[in-house]
Amino acid sequence: MNAINRNEQQALARAVLEIDVNNHAGVMSHVVGLFSRRAYNVEGILCLPVGDGQRSRIWLLVNEDTRLPQMIKQVEKLEDVIAIRRHHADHAVFSELKAFFQP
Amino acid sequence: MTETLNGAQITVRLLERQGIRIVTGYPGGAILPIYDALGQSTVIRHVLARHEQGAGFIAQGMARASGEVAVCMASSGPGATNLLTAIADAKLDSIPLVAITGQVPKAMIGTDAFQEVDTYGLSIPITKHNFLVSSTEELLEVIPRAFEIAASGRPGPVLIDIPKDVQARSIEITQWPEPGQCRPAAPAPADALQQAATMINTAARPLLYLGGGVVHSGASALAVELAEKANLPTVMTLMALGAMPVDHPLSLGMLGMHGARYCNLALDECDLLIAVGARFDDRATGKVAAFCPNAQIIHIDIDPAELDKIKTAHIGITADVSEALSRLLPMVSANSREIWVDRIRSLKAEFPQVFPDADRPLSHFGLIREIAEHLDDDASVATDVGQHQMWVAQAYPLRRPRQWLTSGGLGTMGFGVPAAIGAALAEPQRTVVCFTGDGSILMNIQELVTAGEEGANVKIVLMNNATLGLVHQQQTLFYGERLFASQFKAMPDFVRAAQALGIAAVDLDTAADPVASLHAALDQPGPCLIHASIDAEQKVYPMVPPGAANRDMIGA
Repeated sequence: MNAINRNEQQALARAVLEIDVNNHAGVMSHVVGLFSRRAYNVEGILCLPVGDGQRSRIWLLVNEDTRLPQMIKQVEKLEDVIAIRRHHADHAVFSELKAFFQP
Repeated sequence: MTETLNGAQITVRLLERQGIRIVTGYPGGAILPIYDALGQSTVIRHVLARHEQGAGFIAQGMARASGEVAVCMASSGPGATNLLTAIADAKLDSIPLVAITGQVPKAMIGTDAFQEVDTYGLSIPITKHNFLVSSTEELLEVIPRAFEIAASGRPGPVLIDIPKDVQARSIEITQWPEPGQCRPAAPAPADALQQAATMINTAARPLLYLGGGVVHSGASALAVELAEKANLPTVMTLMALGAMPVDHPLSLGMLGMHGARYCNLALDECDLLIAVGARFDDRATGKVAAFCPNAQIIHIDIDPAELDKIKTAHIGITADVSEALSRLLPMVSANSREIWVDRIRSLKAEFPQVFPDADRPLSHFGLIREIAEHLDDDASVATDVGQHQMWVAQAYPLRRPRQWLTSGGLGTMGFGVPAAIGAALAEPQRTVVCFTGDGSILMNIQELVTAGEEGANVKIVLMNNATLGLVHQQQTLFYGERLFASQFKAMPDFVRAAQALGIAAVDLDTAADPVASLHAALDQPGPCLIHASIDAEQKVYPMVPPGAANRDMIGA
């Protein structure tokens, strides 16, 4: 399998979620808990404060799954989640970090 | 005016300002400042449970009977873990609860301090939301917010964990926040309602499927009005029983695993299912692929995550069901729907729900019938979990929303007695009957002491078959009759146990005139245990075997 094909397959099999949240202790736990209780693996997590630090942005790399629409609805219901957006797996946020994740 | 108050006093004052008049709980070291402040309140009465789980279910009973947010309290560590089952139960049945727990002082959090447990972490998956309060000032924001969250949208439990030093620290208060109230939901989209109305108006065999959301939303009368206007035969989930009187001509009673055969067969034939405040629970649907196989689906629910979760809806409407139904009603045309109503009538005649031995007052159905006939619709009915629960769901003529208190989603044995006490506290003018079993009652029997202390008007009807009836039934039917751990060898003397715990008790087994004794016990104000032995071989029928389609019911 050549590299292009591998990327294509990844693009098909993965999704990137961008989640705006309030920035305080426990919020990450609320979000990832929704995945772990369903035995739904989160492949990648990135989180940093945004602006004055009142809010954070969580980026999740997850596998495409028939349960993903339900997961997004469940995340939306969390009190500390302000917004959630779904992107394709080729979103730059994770691909540009590759250098930090060499074996 | 500036007041200097500590966090505990602020907490109690905010509860008073919320309109809370009863809290139930159990004290301990980490919540003692709040108990100290609570003891000074002239407005709030504290009901001391005998186990934190009892406190959680007493609060649930109050919330289920009244529809208002109820409050329970516990200390840190074991106090908090004991509350968790009642909180999880509230989550699954969408019951508005605010649970307040004490926590070790902030500086000791994470040190494995005495009676420290990660209450916040433990409660994340079983609450609608939770808070670990990090400063006394924050209480002014968190407590009203907790009530707002518990009551808004799909109701649910909210936990507030308050470290002891946050309770003890004093601050100056110049202004109090407004009490937290239910936020109104966004209105249903008009075009979706119009499409739904068109589907109802053109359907040949529509069915209305009511869930607990109809009760929570106060939409029962609207649902009945809609059913009557368009002649929609109506099924109810366990949680919705009483939303439409179960003996209403359009009612098909409870659907699903232990629903009437005619009810499940009607669902098989319908061409339109109008799901209102229901969530397609597996006990209701049976094998999902075979549930209403020929039907289009309209699904109205306040929780958008319920739409398309189990079954994809043709029209999904996120709305408060009261608001949606009130606007849907004028769009739906009156329709006598004679062919379909006739078909329902003939299904009922051909596949009736049978109540064996109902004319014998000491049989399981006979007891339920005798009690129902002696009481009126003002009485509330609580149950524990097991065979007795399903028999009452099948046979008790529930006619009023909030008349029925049962643990549906979590199916928690031990729910009945404390929930009945809570209902009696919330509505002291009513008689509350609690049907229970010999397995369930032992899981919270200590609350009989609470019932006695409070003089709660609860009649606990103990249907004793010395067996874990539903386990026994499944082992008999599906595990080659290999009965294991489902028959009790040692049995307490429940009548003497109840008396020892401080309430009146009557044994129908030995009464000279059992019916007269039953009536006397029901009529006497205050708590009473009514004990009756029943036959361990009786099954809950009909029954959909686990994993099977509803049409493949067995028995009766």
